[in-house]
Amino acid sequence: METTLALVLLLAPLAGFLLNIFFGKALGKNGSGYLGTLSVVASFAVTLVFFLQINQDGKAVSIALFDWIQLSNFKLDFGFLLDQLSLLWLMFVTGIGSLIHLYSISYMHDDENMHKFFAYLNLFVFFMITLVMGSNLLVMFIGWEGVGLCSYLLIGFWYKNQDYNDAAKKAFIMNRIGDLGLLIGIFILGASFSTLDFLGLKTAITTTEFSDYWIAIAALALFIGACGKSAQIPLYTWLPDAMAGPTPVSALIHAATMVTAGIFMVTRLNFLFDQSALVQTIIAVVGAVTALVAATIGLVQNDIKKVLAYSTVSQLGLMFLALGLGAYEVAVFHVVTHAFFKACLFLGSGSVIHALHGEQDMRNMGGLKKWMKITYLTFMVSSLAISGIPLFSGFFSKDEILMVAFHSDKTLWVMASLASIMTAFYMFRLLYLTFFNEFRGTEEQKHHLHESPGLITFPLIVLAILAAVGGVISLPGNSWLNHFLAPVIAKEAHGEHHLDGTAYMLMAIAVVGAVIGIGIAFSKYKKNGEVPPADAEINGLHKVLYQKYYVDELYMALIVNPINALARFFRDYVETGLSAVVYGFGRAASELSHQGRRLQNGSVGTYLFAFVLGAFLIVTYVFLMSQS
Amino acid sequence: MQTVLEQIDIQNYIYLSTILFCTGVFGVLYRRNAIIVFMSIEIMLNAVNLLLVAFSTFHQDAQGQVFVFFSMAVAAAEVAVGLAILVSIFRNLGSIDIDNLKKLKG
Repeated sequence: METTLALVLLLAPLAGFLLNIFFGKALGKNGSGYLGTLSVVASFAVTLVFFLQINQDGKAVSIALFDWIQLSNFKLDFGFLLDQLSLLWLMFVTGIGSLIHLYSISYMHDDENMHKFFAYLNLFVFFMITLVMGSNLLVMFIGWEGVGLCSYLLIGFWYKNQDYNDAAKKAFIMNRIGDLGLLIGIFILGASFSTLDFLGLKTAITTTEFSDYWIAIAALALFIGACGKSAQIPLYTWLPDAMAGPTPVSALIHAATMVTAGIFMVTRLNFLFDQSALVQTIIAVVGAVTALVAATIGLVQNDIKKVLAYSTVSQLGLMFLALGLGAYEVAVFHVVTHAFFKACLFLGSGSVIHALHGEQDMRNMGGLKKWMKITYLTFMVSSLAISGIPLFSGFFSKDEILMVAFHSDKTLWVMASLASIMTAFYMFRLLYLTFFNEFRGTEEQKHHLHESPGLITFPLIVLAILAAVGGVISLPGNSWLNHFLAPVIAKEAHGEHHLDGTAYMLMAIAVVGAVIGIGIAFSKYKKNGEVPPADAEINGLHKVLYQKYYVDELYMALIVNPINALARFFRDYVETGLSAVVYGFGRAASELSHQGRRLQNGSVGTYLFAFVLGAFLIVTYVFLMSQS
Repeated sequence: MQTVLEQIDIQNYIYLSTILFCTGVFGVLYRRNAIIVFMSIEIMLNAVNLLLVAFSTFHQDAQGQVFVFFSMAVAAAEVAVGLAILVSIFRNLGSIDIDNLKKLKG
């Protein structure tokens, strides 16, 4: 029974994918859209059943479908593990996934390849479910690669634009670099412990003595994989470019699925990461630096989706900071709340872009509040949540991260706090530029301004409600989430933070910081009505930030161009040389055969002559041999 | 009673056989008519048969004669097939000059 249910949960989106890819065109736009949505909703329903069950009895469901790999000292099942962690993830993967599907029915309605879009979207969800449900690292890896593939398909969905194709390739290739790290980590673990099963690994690592050195290397390699998927320094540049895809895709990738895979994997293997303090420090530092760097870039971006993209990178950085500090449940908490408000923000920006017929530059927006009340309100709620204003979900999760950081390292805390203040600033900069003051677009756009249809606003409202109240799952002092996750996290949960003086002080600092950030944004962009300058007028530090610290250019100069040069060298010289040799052999054989062809002149006389000559030579030879 | 070999020396058989064989070879090499070529091949075969019989008698051993039967049977079969081919070539091309038969050129 449980196996069947789990298979329904897993295979429903796959069925949606298959039906859509083969019959989508025949189903029509609405048909394929609702089919795609329903298949994810079905998964969500099953997830809910499992979730309620596990919430009640706390027993993880483990399903082994069949023996997958069987060697003398290594055995691997193709199996699934539905424990607290995976079910929590499944809840928002399928839940928010469903909302995004619903939204896409309306958003993608004018696209001629809508059925293909839904097929890819379903496939994406299917792989994400595989990733989350897998009971061992290899099954997880299938999902891991699958979401990479789907992100490539979806980011490059509008493949007629070469820039979008490049963005898709960039995402794919950067993820491959990370995946190499992940694979190395998996191999080391497999070779060392003869198992890749999560539960098996947990027992093996916590009970056997093993070289710290190799554990650290494995953990680091796995973290590189996480960096690729979750867009951490140095592998983060693909994520902002991934904005090329349709907006629902950005929402899906950024909020619910792909980028959280890295967090998931680290949390899943928390018993491994706990073994190596050095790697944990590296993770925390990388996370904090990423959070800060991405936040500074976010300050000056003018593309509405790019701002959100950098904010995702920054928030992921905060999550990794928490992971590095061993506060896995805090990171998971932020993943959940972030999923709510970031999905809402992305879908909201999609609603704006929809209303403006594809305009993404905030310099050409403004004053949309008047026309798009629901979008504005939901966006407002989510912005408050991500800025960490009290009582909204983001406040609780971010505050916990800051608190954990404060208790372990003041520098990290300062970095994280600065990043959150910047977050508040750029989110409200975005809000004011988009929704307040006068409309700055063309008259024609103004004429067409309208609130988006119900299929778009409904998910927004649901997500905004979740973004507002999502914090209840882990309130300070009485955390449901911490209790819920306790069985999967090896070390004792960081303890409930006592609400002492320090905690209140930290809270106050965070809130005041956020308010200051919002205040600056208010005075600059609302009161003074400033509009960011045109690209040509940007200079100084502003330009450095606007050009994202020239990291892409740096990668171009340091990595891409040398590799290209090497490739050109191989193409022009090595390959030319090799093919000359190979071609030479071909020519020689051809030349020889050309000569040999002459013997076959078809004249019976010649053949007979050859035959007689041969007979004569043989006889002569035999005669001479007999003489000597 | 003297055998034929005691009356005529074995070398004479070899000489005759060689002459016959060479005649066959020259016929094969110089004639253009396929039937003549065929006949020349028969002469070569017969030269060898003669030699086989002569040696067989000389050695008082019947093996050689058995071989002759085989080679004669094979030669007969070969002529049957070969002539059939020649007839069909003649029907198609109107000639059996072997210089014209170059269809199998490589």
